[in-house]
Amino acid sequence: MKSLNLPLNKEAIKRLRPGEEILLNGSLLTARDAAHKRLCDAIKLCKKLPIDLKDETIYYAGPTPQRKGQVIGSCGPTTSSRMDPFVGPLVRNGVLGMVGKGERSKEVNSLIKKYGVVYFVTVGGAGAYLSEKIVSSSIVAYKDLGTEAIRRIVVKDFPAIVSIK
Amino acid sequence: MRKISSDIIRDSVKRLCLKANIELRKDVLDAIKALKKKESSLKVKRALDMIIQNAEIAKKKRLPICQDTGMVVVYLAIGQKLVIEGDIVKAVSKGVKEAYIEGYFRKSIVNDPFLRKNTNTNLPPLIYTSIIPGNRLNIRVGIKGFGCENASFTKMFRPTDPIKKIEDFILENINNIKSRACPPMYIGIGIGGTLTKAVSMSKEAIFRKVGTYSKIRHIRTLEKSLFKKINDLKIGPMGLKSKNSAVFGVSVLTYPTHIAGLPVAVNVSCHATRDAGEIL
Repeated sequence: MKSLNLPLNKEAIKRLRPGEEILLNGSLLTARDAAHKRLCDAIKLCKKLPIDLKDETIYYAGPTPQRKGQVIGSCGPTTSSRMDPFVGPLVRNGVLGMVGKGERSKEVNSLIKKYGVVYFVTVGGAGAYLSEKIVSSSIVAYKDLGTEAIRRIVVKDFPAIVSIK
Repeated sequence: MRKISSDIIRDSVKRLCLKANIELRKDVLDAIKALKKKESSLKVKRALDMIIQNAEIAKKKRLPICQDTGMVVVYLAIGQKLVIEGDIVKAVSKGVKEAYIEGYFRKSIVNDPFLRKNTNTNLPPLIYTSIIPGNRLNIRVGIKGFGCENASFTKMFRPTDPIKKIEDFILENINNIKSRACPPMYIGIGIGGTLTKAVSMSKEAIFRKVGTYSKIRHIRTLEKSLFKKINDLKIGPMGLKSKNSAVFGVSVLTYPTHIAGLPVAVNVSCHATRDAGEIL
């Protein structure tokens, strides 16, 4: 299976084919509903963001707490369509990739094509399996959001399928 | 009269929360394994294999099957000759709270639908009670994740509507959900009663062992027909197309209803269908 290094670049995205199975390797940010709302509220008010979104790939996930000695708890994807209204502002601020589960709206399909970004799906409900593919994790923004905080994670051979590009 | 202490209920709820979140139901796991055997697409086979491996890893490492460790729903069927000493609601809540700390489960409950402040304890749970004959207490704990809860739906039909209209409604809605509710799914359906009765039956329907059918003939026919037609929608894990991996079960419960109504509720449950029960 093809390996794809993160962070992404537009050239690498161009080479991807929808339906292709790949293994992600490298760095992503986790963010879900509450973090998306905060980021987009900040963008709307032209405030400085707590993290630079340039070239980032966002994994829609909120993990369980880790036990001592563990990198992260269970960490599978959440339903991507809930983040559909936030995709525009994020891709305009540099996001190149998204990882989640389920289909996206028509608007998101057009945004993905317009900006040359990519949406991957991974296997939903397999948080224990996917946690073994995560080699490091730390909170980088919105710590008060708990599981919904933004985390920097590094993955090794994280399975995904190119869904929309 | 038999007496038990609410402390026993607390310990039972805790045990069941831990079990349900960590150990996938055997009938569900077996059903997914059977689907993998039958599957012809290699991509789908690989996705199903990840789901099977996930269950094994969760059990071995005592990790939750899914990061969405859900809202806890507790069903207490209380024998009428049983006296419970102490506060039942407090006991159930304490059991949930302790399990979510000890199991390192995610706390996903917010205090108010609009203020949305996390309670950080996964409390409160939902508690449903019923009265049964005898002096025992039957406890069942369901873990409801919201990826598939958000995909559930209901409609009040006309009493004169044919069964086909209900089937079409269900198929149309499931076709819209596609892969976001984590297929292979278990579909629980409640038909009859009132709106609330139909919804609660749709929840209880998935407690039934996978691979069993209704004892009522025309309901069994509906279950088998829906099972085939939902799989024909070609919905599979990871958004892949599969001929038989949309659902591993359809379970329908019915109840008498009013001359003017025909309530239908559909509970979509993901492959991580999680519940556990015991009798005290």
